[in-house]
Amino acid sequence: MMPMTPLITNPRFLRVAAPLLIGVVLLLAWQLLCTALAVPVYLVPTPSVIAKTLVADWGLLSDSLLVTLKITFMAFALSVLLGVAIAFVFVQSRFIEVSLFPYAIILQVTPIVAIAPLIIIWVKEPTFALVICATIMALFPIISNTTLGLRSVNPGLLNLFRLNKASRWQTLRRLRIPSALPYFFGGLRISSGLALIGAVVAEFVAGTGGTGSGLAYQILQAGFQLNIPRLFAALFLITVTGIVLFLAMMALSRVALAGWHESELG
Amino acid sequence: MKRDDHTLPYAVTWEQGVAAPAGLSDPVLSAQRVEKTYRNGTRALDEVKLDIRRGEFISLLGPSGCGKSTLLKMFAGLEEPSHGHIRWWGKNLATVGTADHTLAMVFQEATLMPWASVEQNVRLPLDLNRMPRTESDVRVRAALKLVGLDRFYQAYPRELSGGMQMRASIARALATRPNLLLMDEPFGALDEFTRNRLDADLRKIWSEQDLTVVFVTHSIYEAVYLSSRVVVMAARPGRVIADVPIEAPGAGGMRDDAFRISPEFMGYCKILSDYLTQANQEGGDHDAHDAAHH
Repeated sequence: MMPMTPLITNPRFLRVAAPLLIGVVLLLAWQLLCTALAVPVYLVPTPSVIAKTLVADWGLLSDSLLVTLKITFMAFALSVLLGVAIAFVFVQSRFIEVSLFPYAIILQVTPIVAIAPLIIIWVKEPTFALVICATIMALFPIISNTTLGLRSVNPGLLNLFRLNKASRWQTLRRLRIPSALPYFFGGLRISSGLALIGAVVAEFVAGTGGTGSGLAYQILQAGFQLNIPRLFAALFLITVTGIVLFLAMMALSRVALAGWHESELG
Repeated sequence: MKRDDHTLPYAVTWEQGVAAPAGLSDPVLSAQRVEKTYRNGTRALDEVKLDIRRGEFISLLGPSGCGKSTLLKMFAGLEEPSHGHIRWWGKNLATVGTADHTLAMVFQEATLMPWASVEQNVRLPLDLNRMPRTESDVRVRAALKLVGLDRFYQAYPRELSGGMQMRASIARALATRPNLLLMDEPFGALDEFTRNRLDADLRKIWSEQDLTVVFVTHSIYEAVYLSSRVVVMAARPGRVIADVPIEAPGAGGMRDDAFRISPEFMGYCKILSDYLTQANQEGGDHDAHDAAHH
């Protein structure tokens, strides 16, 4: 038993240390099991082999990572712009929202794998085609959350604005937009992950057709060549990207809402 | 915080019109046979006739469902009467918001913007009316001083107690220098001590300013303590059953804590309580209102 230090009782330290510890234990178990049972490297490579591959193939993998990152970020940025714009249109009137919202839901329920081939056929420029696929994936949470946020205004405050004869623009800028921020950031968090998944899925579809250079393409190629360590290394990079994106969105939301919203207090 | 409060006059006075507005005897607010029936057929309010004169402190007193909040919302122009009409300074709502016809409202909850400081919250109505910064600065300081929050400019609503949030909310209303202040059970959610202190401060502010107040409450004690006149209402259907002037000591100024335990105070509480009990027993007795003045 380790002696109790003040550091261990610190919840902030614990929040970082506890998941790290679990990760180390799992990696060790993985390493030991694979070694002990002599699992061949083309079935399940050990973490150490994956790490070595990551270093050895870094030139190839980092190029692919950049491609995937580029598509992810472009799609994410496009979803935010489009999603917010659409949400603003939706809250202009119930009629607009009621008529158009079902079509927004189509975005959410259409399996991207099913329509990606079509988009790739229709759109000549490959990067653009992939960005469209990933955007379709990432758009809906932004639309629905921002719309909800713009509508979730304290009725008392709304009355106060009416009483003071506030213009539509004043109400939007000083009341609706600040009220919507917590919801918007919630949407951002979901959407950032979906943009990455969308990019990877679209790359997969494009990769099956023989074109591509992103991480998903590397996974596909590594699979064909039975280069399983490289497959895992690429997978690892995608996972890390997803986690970094998520943490970045958390940090952004903390900075923006610090000091007033319940979700970021304490 | 920069302490340059001394550059301001201590008690800020309202900029009263140089000449009295035309028709001084006109009521500030006049409800003429106002009724409210909701679309589903619920009768919220049965024919109300009420004139409120300049400088009065009127309480609308009654149980839940008597339509007192609905009536106040109509006074604020936030709801339309189904029948009858309301006049502000003898005119319709479009005239409200001019220099000497200003209306402000304090809601049941403090309704402060959580993302904005106390100062920004109080400044909001002035900003919405595009008042120049130099002028609004003076008004925000004055209003916060009146409610005793002058050391909390930069505080955020969540850092304030319930009572202080309500003070900020009142300051926001006072910053517009209203001639007519509508208050919808503003202290209902506060503990008794805080409520009594806010009542006393509100009464003081009212006595020092040229202010007409319509105050909704379900507390008999609060109504008697604050008001120059109490309008008693009953439920099912919502209606006015009595109109009781409170001609107690201090009617023109401060009412101290001694008033709260005086025989006059208890006497008025008894009268109001009897009206309310009687209304509840009789159900829909419309004639009770003739017995108002005796």
